[in-house]
Amino acid sequence: MDFNTFIAQFISGLSTAMLLFLVSSGLTLIFGVVNVLNFAHGSFYLLGTYFAFQIMKLFNNYWAGLLAGTVGAGIVGMIIEYFFLKRIYGRANEGAFQLLMTYAFILIIDDMVKYIWGTEYKTIPKPAFLSGSLSIGSIMVPSYNVFIIIIGFLIVIFAWYFLMRTDRGKQVRASSLDRIMLSLLGTNVPLIMTLVFGVATAMGGLAGVLAAPLRTVTPGAGIEIIIDSMIVVVIGGFGNFWGALLGALIIGEVLSFGILWMPELATVLTFIVMIIVLILKPEGLLSKKAIVRK
Amino acid sequence: MRKIKDYLPWIIYFIFFIGLLIINPGPHYIHLAARIIIYGLYAVAFNLIYGTTGLVSFGHALFYGIGAYVTGMLVKASTPELFYLYILIGAFGAAFISFFIGLLTLRLTGIYFTMLTLAFAQLVWGLTFKLYHFTGGDDGIQAIAKPTLLAGGVTKYYLFSFVVVTISIYILWRIKRSPFGSVLSGIRQNPQRITFLGLNVYKNQLKAFIISAFFAGIAGGLYAGLDGSIHPDMLHWPTSGNAILMATIGGMSTFFGPVVGAGILTGLEEIVGKYTEYWSFYIGIVVLIVVLLFPNGVLGIKKFTGSKNIEEKEKEVVCNTGN
Repeated sequence: MDFNTFIAQFISGLSTAMLLFLVSSGLTLIFGVVNVLNFAHGSFYLLGTYFAFQIMKLFNNYWAGLLAGTVGAGIVGMIIEYFFLKRIYGRANEGAFQLLMTYAFILIIDDMVKYIWGTEYKTIPKPAFLSGSLSIGSIMVPSYNVFIIIIGFLIVIFAWYFLMRTDRGKQVRASSLDRIMLSLLGTNVPLIMTLVFGVATAMGGLAGVLAAPLRTVTPGAGIEIIIDSMIVVVIGGFGNFWGALLGALIIGEVLSFGILWMPELATVLTFIVMIIVLILKPEGLLSKKAIVRK
Repeated sequence: MRKIKDYLPWIIYFIFFIGLLIINPGPHYIHLAARIIIYGLYAVAFNLIYGTTGLVSFGHALFYGIGAYVTGMLVKASTPELFYLYILIGAFGAAFISFFIGLLTLRLTGIYFTMLTLAFAQLVWGLTFKLYHFTGGDDGIQAIAKPTLLAGGVTKYYLFSFVVVTISIYILWRIKRSPFGSVLSGIRQNPQRITFLGLNVYKNQLKAFIISAFFAGIAGGLYAGLDGSIHPDMLHWPTSGNAILMATIGGMSTFFGPVVGAGILTGLEEIVGKYTEYWSFYIGIVVLIVVLLFPNGVLGIKKFTGSKNIEEKEKEVVCNTGN
């Protein structure tokens, strides 16, 4: 592999990583703060894509679609958290019920998408000025990939600022540490949980819109992304925001280079990475919590 | 002496599935019943680690699929006359693999265990999907012949499945009621206390995992013979999800709940599938209703009416100890 291919592949992996990060950081935020493993997160990604598709068809404007997909997915997420997930918090054997309920939402949302928009492939065009490619030295990089990477980095910086430098962010972090104490101190914890769920699903929706021009839009896309994102979250550590970033970078690059190395088994490779991490450091690369029993 | 009440589910079970043969509603419904009974075994086997031991495995499709693929591939490679043996080999294959997977996954608890089982199952699914020459890839394996004794008409195969499933379920029933079964329930309720009693939680979980995988493998092998075709979907994660679904809908704290759950799920697919292709939407709604309103499953409903039963008290204990 010569240097140019390496760089091109690396950048392509970086854009995949950023998409994965958008989905999996939402997943990990929900797990950390709301304490729910949201298996239906891929469905919000899907909803984002299709909302954007619909709005783009109406207004023929990429940015309107981007906004609609993001906000729409977030609103649906908040509705689901507020009216459904809330009712199973704190139940004995909660984990299994979370799994089932979110699984039920996968079935419901995915089928509704099929019902409303049909199963045939849809395409969302790239915005005109991003359809070309940039040349860095002798390397050509599609400018849309660069756009995704930039958006990803903006989100990382914004999230860092929000979580680490604002009072709201402090409350969010606190609620993942000790929910009861926080509510005793007068914070509206249920509101924080709903908002976090909304923001996280909105990020899922945003990823769906961003990914749409690169991949074909099908009702199966949600399932594909959720499995990869789960792997990312497991590798980085459940509930660990920065872990999700690290995990996304690893998996993005593994996918990108795996396709060069052995095209057929690239997806299998990600599972192998996950299994290795889980066996060596089961709590995830960036988490300290000990979860292995003696 | 045991009360007749203990055997009531068995009586209903026999009346229902034997009665079906007597009524003989036509090959389509016999086929449906065969599917229910095979799925029922899969769900009951799964429930040994889910409802009894309290481990949420999200990778049980792996063992179900191994049973099916081993049986199917062996029949393809040699003669269908040895079909009965191949089901057993498939089950032992599933148990063998489950030993290694259990060894690794059971070191983790809670959601991590769930994710790791999912990862292993998806890994094997991915391999099955890609290794076209070995497993038939996307197409799966078609036209798996039945042995002469079972060929022709679905009724014979249904009877065969019924016998195999009944024996398997009976063994699982005995296991659940044995001291070992009590240890498993103990592990779910309070693993620390089990350790204090001088029992090894990990070893017992591993045993339960292997037994569960073995019977899931039998179910898979039976399914391979039913339609004569298998496909990678049997290894895909919705199949694992279905196991959780069936056990929960039917009632994971009861022994026969998963069979009822299998009946409900298969029946729903059948009935709703007739009217609309969007049947998974309706299954989603049913699951939602069950999770919100009947967390103890269909067979668990009656428990609300009586005084608090042991199972609910157990749950309170679990909550109090923070496990």
